[in-house]
Amino acid sequence: MQIKENSKEYDVIIVGSGAGGGMATKILSEAGLKIAVVEAGPFYDPANPDQMTQMKWAYDSPRRGAGTTRPFGDFDQAYGGWDIEGEPYTQKGDSEFRWFRSRMLGGRTNHWGRISLRFGPKDFKKKSIDGLGEDWPIGYDDIKPYYDKVDKLIGVFGSKENLYNDPDGFFLPPPKPRLHELFYIKGARKSSVKVMPSRLSVLTKRINNERGVCFYCRQCARSCSVYADFSAGSCLIFPAQDNGGQIDLYVNSMVRTVTTNEEGKATGVSFINKEDRTEYKLKAKVVVLAASACSSARILLNSKSKQHPNGLGNSSDVVGKYLHDSTGGGRMAFLPELVDRKIYNEDGVGGMHVYSPWWLDNKNLNFPRGYHIEVWGGMGSPSYGSGFNVNDLNKFFGIKVGGYGDMLRTDMRKYYGTVVGMDGRGESIAMKSNYCEIDPDKVDEFGVPVLRFNYKWSNHEVNQAKHMQDTFEEIIHNMGGIALGDKAGIDKNYGLTKPGEIIHEVGTTRMGSDPKTSVVNEFERLHDVSNVFVVDAGPFVSQADKNPTWTIMALAWRTSDHIVDQFKKQNF
Amino acid sequence: MNRRDSLKSLAFGSIGLGVLLEGCVSGVDSETVANSLKKFSYGRTPKEKEYDKLLFSKKCFTNNQMKLISEISNLILPPNEFGSINDAEVPELIEFMAKDIPSYETPLKEGLTALNQQSNTKFKKIFIDCDMSQQKSILDQMAYPDPDLSSSEQSKDVKWFSLFRNLTMTGYYTSKVGIEELGYKGNTPNVWDGVPQDVLDQYGLSYDKEWLDKCVDQTKRNDVAEWDKEGNLIT
Repeated sequence: MQIKENSKEYDVIIVGSGAGGGMATKILSEAGLKIAVVEAGPFYDPANPDQMTQMKWAYDSPRRGAGTTRPFGDFDQAYGGWDIEGEPYTQKGDSEFRWFRSRMLGGRTNHWGRISLRFGPKDFKKKSIDGLGEDWPIGYDDIKPYYDKVDKLIGVFGSKENLYNDPDGFFLPPPKPRLHELFYIKGARKSSVKVMPSRLSVLTKRINNERGVCFYCRQCARSCSVYADFSAGSCLIFPAQDNGGQIDLYVNSMVRTVTTNEEGKATGVSFINKEDRTEYKLKAKVVVLAASACSSARILLNSKSKQHPNGLGNSSDVVGKYLHDSTGGGRMAFLPELVDRKIYNEDGVGGMHVYSPWWLDNKNLNFPRGYHIEVWGGMGSPSYGSGFNVNDLNKFFGIKVGGYGDMLRTDMRKYYGTVVGMDGRGESIAMKSNYCEIDPDKVDEFGVPVLRFNYKWSNHEVNQAKHMQDTFEEIIHNMGGIALGDKAGIDKNYGLTKPGEIIHEVGTTRMGSDPKTSVVNEFERLHDVSNVFVVDAGPFVSQADKNPTWTIMALAWRTSDHIVDQFKKQNF
Repeated sequence: MNRRDSLKSLAFGSIGLGVLLEGCVSGVDSETVANSLKKFSYGRTPKEKEYDKLLFSKKCFTNNQMKLISEISNLILPPNEFGSINDAEVPELIEFMAKDIPSYETPLKEGLTALNQQSNTKFKKIFIDCDMSQQKSILDQMAYPDPDLSSSEQSKDVKWFSLFRNLTMTGYYTSKVGIEELGYKGNTPNVWDGVPQDVLDQYGLSYDKEWLDKCVDQTKRNDVAEWDKEGNLIT
């Protein structure tokens, strides 16, 4: 196959344009470096009317928003999902890892929940606390200044709570709780579960004159057309371009390998242009991988050479290992008090206004790590599925279920906005036995070898899931609610989600000071190669009971500062 | 690979479209297809647009079946001052979903046939020619699931009617007239400033002062945020 080479040499090639790639693009371009951003999906701007779904109604879609084409429904802004035509992955044995990819500029930041939590001091040193997993080579004090900068640059609402392991930041003020959230506060407090304002990267107040302010449509998953929520395109890459950054965007371009020279140093990347199916090469002094934890591991493992026979940066054989996702569990409830409630606009922001951070000490529990609780409910915009099983809740009043005719209208109105839910999102233990590797027998539609997963939850996660279910049941009772469906038992791992389903996969290129047991150093640079960095969630040593995005960005900023510094010292 | 996957892979691949949707009864003229594509503007990718076009280009039900679908939907939700099942384009939605979720197609069709068989046996007429009391006497036999059985254990008729009722209800309440009837007030720019006082009173709830003090002052939402060194907002 002919490979087309571009003679231009960039300072830095950034692979991927999500949270990590977006941040690297902004910081490195503003330092005057010449940047190429290589993104596997198309260009995307939430303000582009041809791509926009914000403010659409269910009836703007012929399937009324159903999830047959996009896994979270027609209006969700992730081009991709757990299954992408032509881009398969495989499993070892009975492993059931689910790998979500979003192929578009900004990646998964266009649809994510905007839950923006800092890791706390304990989260970097968990092995010292419970003996499991590994400590990070850095601590909270190393990353704190970057969390502060991310808060101020991007904007996050929240409140000062003075909790040691849920550190405060530079917050915009949070929105007031909705009605079902007031019920949750009441129920959770009765159960001695801490509740506080949530922390979401949504602009409840103006942060600069370029981005708009939230107008409360609850549609952050559709990516905000006035840029009032954080997406990597609208908040990092576009501003970097507007600031005069020398940035070339290569879209629809799937990176296959990092190329290296005789000395084993990186010289650039090779990628396949999805439109003409031709392979191209780009040259740069530095390569920054930000393709997502598993995609970056795949690129490294596929980058075999004489100098790096086990894949780039993989002399430790640790690339792909220690893959871990957040745990997940949930329960729904019916609040009879809310029957026939008054209807008003309570859309609010695209996510919960209140949440519960982890509130217990694991010393007294039969599982080592915590979880936080997210709350949902309210009078949402009708979409495909609204009106299904319209009067099932009749059974709680001894009234017949089913029927037809005008009575169904009464039922629809009566039960509208009466169901709430809770979701637990917890920390799992990173284990060497959970990993992704190259499947020697399968390639994707571009001819690139695919990933094969091997992943099993341990009792740590199963016991945690049981605790979630018990807690949800108690809170529901204390809210005056009726839990819906059957409580998941041991036969269903207490409702524990499949690994990958929470879409917080991290750990595949973990950070450490020992090159034998880790892939990157504290500046996310490969131990084996002096000019390759990884700024997605691959370097995470442990996940914490927090969502990963804010930490991805703080680390990517820290790494970018280091790269700029090394350029100044002419080390590349 | 199930049929849905194969349908998708064909739609997104390069194989000719003629072999697709083999259960569908006829094609649709290109002008109607073009109009459907124009009518639904909702931020599709080129591949997604192709897939929609493919679904629009085939008809899943005969005209008689469509009339029957409309008849049943109107019994499930009779017209009122807000509008009708037909204003809400419920039959069109049901037809589309039978193509979009191919596992719906056969049970939906079988149910329509079974309904006519029952009306023929009982009243020597197809369902649509029965008077309303005759129609209701048939629906009454399938509209109420047995509370002692799980949903998968219900009779075939009951399962079919539940599916049909679900599609009808969701079709109506996701339409313009249905949303208006329900009274949903959102999907419009606004400024959320808490639960209305009369609603708080109704449930005997109130905001804690301590919590409220942390919340956004909406009169200052357009002032650019600035903080002191300790992270206290000063604007």
